[in-house]
Amino acid sequence: MLKARNAALASTWNLELWNLDPYMSALGHLTLARFREFVREPAALFWVYGFPLILATTLAMAFSEKPVPASTVDVQLDPANPGATEALRAKLADAPGLKVEVHDEATCRKRLRTSKADAVVVPTPGRGAGHEYLFDETRSESVLGRNAADRALLRAAHPADPVPEQRAVTEPGARYIDFLIPGLLGMNLLGGGLFGVGFAVADLRVRKLLKRFQATPMRRSDFLLSIMLSRLVFTFVDVALLLTVAHFAFDIRVRGNPLAFAALVAAGGATFAGLGLLIGSRARTLETAAGLLNAMMLPMYVLSGVFFAASKFPDGMQWFVQALPLTALNDGLRAVMNDGAGWDALPRPLLVLGLWGTLSFAVALRIFRWR
Amino acid sequence: MIPAIRVRALVKTYRARPPVEAVRGLDLEVAVGECFGLLGPNGAGKTTTLEIIEGLLDATSGEVEVLGLTWADGEAAIRQRIGISLQETRLSDKLTVRETVALFRSFYPSGLTPDEAIARVGLEEKAKSYVEKLSGGQKQRLAVATALVGEPDLLFLDEPTTGLDPQSRRQLWDVIRAQKDRGRTVVVTTHYMDEAERLCDRVAVVDYGKVIALGSPAELIARVGGEHVIDLDYDPATAARLTSDQLVALPTVTSSREEGARVTLTAGEPHRALPALLDAARATGAKIAGLTTRTATLEDVFVTLTGRHLRSDS
Repeated sequence: MLKARNAALASTWNLELWNLDPYMSALGHLTLARFREFVREPAALFWVYGFPLILATTLAMAFSEKPVPASTVDVQLDPANPGATEALRAKLADAPGLKVEVHDEATCRKRLRTSKADAVVVPTPGRGAGHEYLFDETRSESVLGRNAADRALLRAAHPADPVPEQRAVTEPGARYIDFLIPGLLGMNLLGGGLFGVGFAVADLRVRKLLKRFQATPMRRSDFLLSIMLSRLVFTFVDVALLLTVAHFAFDIRVRGNPLAFAALVAAGGATFAGLGLLIGSRARTLETAAGLLNAMMLPMYVLSGVFFAASKFPDGMQWFVQALPLTALNDGLRAVMNDGAGWDALPRPLLVLGLWGTLSFAVALRIFRWR
Repeated sequence: MIPAIRVRALVKTYRARPPVEAVRGLDLEVAVGECFGLLGPNGAGKTTTLEIIEGLLDATSGEVEVLGLTWADGEAAIRQRIGISLQETRLSDKLTVRETVALFRSFYPSGLTPDEAIARVGLEEKAKSYVEKLSGGQKQRLAVATALVGEPDLLFLDEPTTGLDPQSRRQLWDVIRAQKDRGRTVVVTTHYMDEAERLCDRVAVVDYGKVIALGSPAELIARVGGEHVIDLDYDPATAARLTSDQLVALPTVTSSREEGARVTLTAGEPHRALPALLDAARATGAKIAGLTTRTATLEDVFVTLTGRHLRSDS
């Protein structure tokens, strides 16, 4: 029983039961063939659906939202004046959120260098403020540690001053995972479009199937349209799956207009399919296609704000970074998902995506090689 | 009656340094309803010629008419009436046989049902199998099914049996014969001579981009002077040999060719030529290590015309 049901499920999944042959146009057949080839290839399923989910989970664990850890501050032992050292240690140890250890000078330096200690307090009795700080100004933990130590020592010097009340609050959409998921969505659309179209077309050419199709009365527009159609459907399946998992695992949600979100996803999917078609339009070997695809994808993975904000790159590069289609898509996705934006956030992303998409389509159709 | 194919002064030069003249002034005419074979060694220009006729490649110069139409004026009409099986097409592994045939059927406005096309090539039992599970012969028959599914008036098969086992070859021959029995035209390229002799009404032998012989297999064999061939192997240990003048003077022998220790004679009547040959050998002192007679083949035609074998391995 169970076996029979599983077999039925499997054949539905493999689109075997969909015997629509007599009713379907060439466009329908070509599109269905793309679906069938895709869902029957377990490796492709993993790379498109499994891999992004694993990546998201791993990154989310690495960057999981814990409160900022307590700073570790070392007090350097002054052998000539152990009393001053102990006084400093006691004052620091009283402050909440500070871990204090006492070590000799060499150990303190080593611990600071290897990030075991965030900052070092050096007693200087009778000189200046009576102590000084060693810290690394390029490391935010080190700066935080210095500030925390400084504040604790100031408070100890003025015990009568009232301490302001503090309240921790969480703003929705402010976690790293909230930043990351739209970036991964964008990355997945890019990879899916480029590989799903570019590599697939090159593969059909290498197998001489394009030439074989050309030898039939098949309309070329039907073929190209079927590639785009199947890609568009895959795009929405991709996004729905990633969003569902992200929702249950990390409480991710689309805070803005869902229609604007869908429009953005469609625009992204279509644009990257166009870029894929351009790359696949002439490649005669799979190696050429893979090389071109990676050459286009890798810079965008780095520059377009998938894992960290694209605005971190120097101003001189911004004109380039901002012109990339993935940057535009990621900005738009974050605005709609995290900032709750609607159509008003879309003109710029849609313009950039539209330009890339239209241009690559037009060129791809002109230079497309059938054999 | 309009011929199925008419080719005049066809030339195809590939741009390269130096330019490659694949086809150099080739003429052909294929009648409706015949099975026509293009024979020749690899690189003779068979596939180039075929692909120009199929409208997949542009000619450098010359005229091509298919079913009375030119590619420039009648591409859409021709496409609907021809079926093509190319060399080296790899159909999608993850589609079933029926899905593959149905996909190709969807390109044609009319034709067979997918199941009819599958039955014609005898793949009914494999209809639900993925293409990747098929043997080489089954894949080749599937390729032919995709060419048949539009019910073409003109069927092109480029080396359909290359690399297949004898049983698969015979199954494909049956498909081709059935197509001919329906009054359809078939054009086939091959370098198997036995295949051409059995299947084709007429053959064109192509070499260096030109037709060097044209006619029915029987005519071509008769033209080289005799339907029988005598292969004689000398004992390599002895040096005595018959001269070619002596050989050609034997009764009914029309030609002789020497290759190493083997002499190949064409003879009209081997029962008269053989005793005389043995007598002459005895008189000269030539020692014979082996002697066979056989019917002449198209292979002999090709060797006689060019002095070379069709395939390096034969």
